Amino acid sequence: MKFGIVVFPGSNCEADCDYLVDKILQEQATYLWHADKDLKGVDCIILPGGYSYGNYLRAGSIARYAPIMEEVMAFAEKGGLVLGICNGFQILTEAGLLPGAIIKNRSLRFQCENTLLRVEQTNTPFTNACTQHEVVKIPIAHEEGAYVADKETLERLEKEGRIVFRYCNEQSEITPEANPNGSLNNIAGIMNVQGNVLGMMPHPERCAEAILGGVDGEKIFRSILAWWQGGAGR
Amino acid sequence: MKEDFWRETGLSESEYELIKEILQREPNEVELGIFGAMWSEHCSYKHSRNVLKQFPTSAPWVLQGPGENAGVIDIGDGQAVAFKLESHNHPSAIEPYQGAATGVGGIMRDIFTMGARPIASLNSLRFGSLKSKKTRYLFRGVVSGIAGYGNCLGVPTVAGEVYFHPSYEDNCLVNAMGIGLMNHEDLAKGLAHGPGNPVFIVGARTGRDGINGASFASEELNDATKEKRPAVQAGDPFMEKLLMEACLEVIKTGFVVGMQDMGAAGIISSSCEMAARAGTGMEMDLAKAPRREEGMNAYEMLLSESQERMLLVVQKGKEQAVQDIFAKWDIEATLVGQVTSDGLMTFREGEEIVAQVPAKALTEMCPRYDPEAKEPEYLAQAQGYDLATLPEMEDYGKILLTLLATPTIASKEWVYRQFDYMAGTNTVVGPGSDAAVIRLKGYNKGIAVTVDGNSRYVYLDPYRGGQIAVAEAARNIVCAGGRPLAITDCLNFGNPEKPEIFWQLKEAVAGMSEACHELETPVVGGNVSLYNETKGEAIYPTPVVGAVGLVEDLAHVTTLGFKQEDDIIILLGLTKDELGASSYLSVIHGLEAGKSPEINLELEKQVQQATLELIKKGLALSAHDCSEGGLAVALAECCIAGKIGAEVALTDNIRPSSILFGETQSRIVISINKSKIDLVLQELKKLQVPYKVLGSVGGNTLNIAGSGWKVNVELAEMVEKYQEAIACLMKG
Repeated sequence: MKFGIVVFPGSNCEADCDYLVDKILQEQATYLWHADKDLKGVDCIILPGGYSYGNYLRAGSIARYAPIMEEVMAFAEKGGLVLGICNGFQILTEAGLLPGAIIKNRSLRFQCENTLLRVEQTNTPFTNACTQHEVVKIPIAHEEGAYVADKETLERLEKEGRIVFRYCNEQSEITPEANPNGSLNNIAGIMNVQGNVLGMMPHPERCAEAILGGVDGEKIFRSILAWWQGGAGR
Repeated sequence: MKEDFWRETGLSESEYELIKEILQREPNEVELGIFGAMWSEHCSYKHSRNVLKQFPTSAPWVLQGPGENAGVIDIGDGQAVAFKLESHNHPSAIEPYQGAATGVGGIMRDIFTMGARPIASLNSLRFGSLKSKKTRYLFRGVVSGIAGYGNCLGVPTVAGEVYFHPSYEDNCLVNAMGIGLMNHEDLAKGLAHGPGNPVFIVGARTGRDGINGASFASEELNDATKEKRPAVQAGDPFMEKLLMEACLEVIKTGFVVGMQDMGAAGIISSSCEMAARAGTGMEMDLAKAPRREEGMNAYEMLLSESQERMLLVVQKGKEQAVQDIFAKWDIEATLVGQVTSDGLMTFREGEEIVAQVPAKALTEMCPRYDPEAKEPEYLAQAQGYDLATLPEMEDYGKILLTLLATPTIASKEWVYRQFDYMAGTNTVVGPGSDAAVIRLKGYNKGIAVTVDGNSRYVYLDPYRGGQIAVAEAARNIVCAGGRPLAITDCLNFGNPEKPEIFWQLKEAVAGMSEACHELETPVVGGNVSLYNETKGEAIYPTPVVGAVGLVEDLAHVTTLGFKQEDDIIILLGLTKDELGASSYLSVIHGLEAGKSPEINLELEKQVQQATLELIKKGLALSAHDCSEGGLAVALAECCIAGKIGAEVALTDNIRPSSILFGETQSRIVISINKSKIDLVLQELKKLQVPYKVLGSVGGNTLNIAGSGWKVNVELAEMVEKYQEAIACLMKG
């Protein structure tokens, strides 16, 4: 399977994603330059974390106008798999590929820490290797990570089962204390209606090796691989 | 020339006379400004250079010692590590966010200038009391400045230290350390070789920010200081990120002759240092240099400290190839001049020469001073304090909890949570441990990094304090499973023109040098920050040591936390009746007195070697150095980190407060599997290292029994005090 990792000026997690795909998954990874319009025939696009265009104005707001994003949007419309991590999630909401918006953390500070997530949906390209309501440990590292949306959007997300991850405690309960950043409904990750675009604030690429303190993140990428091998790739 | 003008540049009368002699004429105002900046302490080290010569700087594994943008050491497999510690104290005291942010930016440029990709950032911070509103403002601003810059760059901030002490109330210290990884063949230097080679200014445009920053950093702070706010630069981490990627890509082409960051004293310092090192000269047309605003004169252009700029010397004929790479990253690269063979720095504005001075006049020919040194008067009295007269306070459990909640000792989670310490997916051990460990992708090895410096020890005995700073940094590396290889240092002191301050500096450096010799950790770079005084009051003398070690096998990575029930706890080293200079004295008795703990470097070496040996054999499951707060705090920290209690007996025949809270050096607490006890004791005997079996891991309290006294503290209570102290104070 071939993963394309978009590099915007200011992206800083692209090499981490590349390492994971190449060394852990042992699949193909290639960088997609922001100014290009060539998706190089990839099967899944990753929008990595970082500070695209310095996150000036608003996180992700400039990146969504990069030439490559037109191609990413067309790719997504055709059902191609798109995973936005952290800044990637912010870009996806700015681009309108995912609803809602992401604002400053409740603490108004940058927060880097492990969080526990409850997997709310497992019948997705991104979580099929997880079990329903499984609790996974994946770290966050962001200053702007509080997911917000209007009431109708939230209701729709809930009703349509598009909330994929929620911050939870060790007992897998969704509590205010388990919410690190003030996201509405403890939302850590959502997908689009078709289910082929996922945005998440936590960084799965940072916990896919035991030596880094956790392997739960690998499940996200294994899920993508399994999904692709099971159907989409045929 | 008018006297007030050259005085304003910070030059003395004799220096002014010397300049006239060198030039064989009166300097013009631009030239005088250049000399003022380049002969400032910050750029010239004129008061400290002779002292710094004591440092051992070489070893077979040192690829680049002091004098370049950063030191470089060999770590095997064709790889090398570049690292350096640098201060940004005065800017941070005036404008904490930008001061700290640009401190990080500057040190990272020093790293990638050498051709190394930055892989970790560390910091060492000193503030006044958190009870003061001003300190909270400075602390909050500095931490978010470091976070704002480092996080954006994507360089993980993996370790650091913070001390709070009233002597830093108006003069906080912000020392930032950068660490980079490179292949040997990519090592780049700041050399302007090859007359005729083109010179480029690359990166951000030059503005009026930070003019005279070097001179500003070389004087004491006072009431007028806030007017110096314009001397503080503003950082743009996004620009730096692009500049970093572009520079690393350009270095790979092999077309770069030399490269240097524009730090203090901007264009002038980078250009004359590159030329002086190479024995060449340079001519530059300032009119060509991109600027942020119109009407900037030559003086402002040369001395501006606008951030995110580099000076590059490129092979002739490769101009286009280099410019193309910068263009790809949307970075301006402007041809401004060329290397010359005349040894002169010639600056023009169009056709007109605005300044012309020999490159070496600005660097090597700066006068060096050996100021008078005199032992300060406070010392004899403070050292002579009779600690035997101290009442023995008996509520040891409460004292332990008080120490754990003391900001200097308490968890720094409030700080490091704001740092992205995981970026790069190499952080095997992050903040909150003795040393951080960064793995090296593609190899089963890593590097251990730490930064350390206890100024109370230095205040009460600069020589010992200097020795301890080096020894403790090395000890931290060992506790993480690494072999210490080299250090970088930042010497934060008061005004060296005062004999008492200079004495502190001289003694501390002598102590550090001896420890570096003994522990075989040469100094490969660093920085001096003098004039840390406010209204005539100096900070505590604060040498900070950053150390790098090699973890030969990732299986050796060790952390402080106790691991499991029934493991045996062993103390390596000896405990003496030493309360002098301890946190206990300061926090509980309000006393900063007595003698700093003794240090026997031979014993230190033995303890470190034994610990590393046990770690390598897989026998030591945890390791933690005894430092501030003594053995009791060390044990508590092992419990807190391991989320498990312990039961120990401390039977030394000295007073309980010394056993528990004395800060005797060269001690490491390890824990081992119960079944390995015979093997471990055999090893320790063979290594002839003093040790004591203290007890075992388990339960949810820390129980310490002495002869006729005991301490029982709940783990949960320790965790609460330790974890929440700083967050709690920051709400005030």
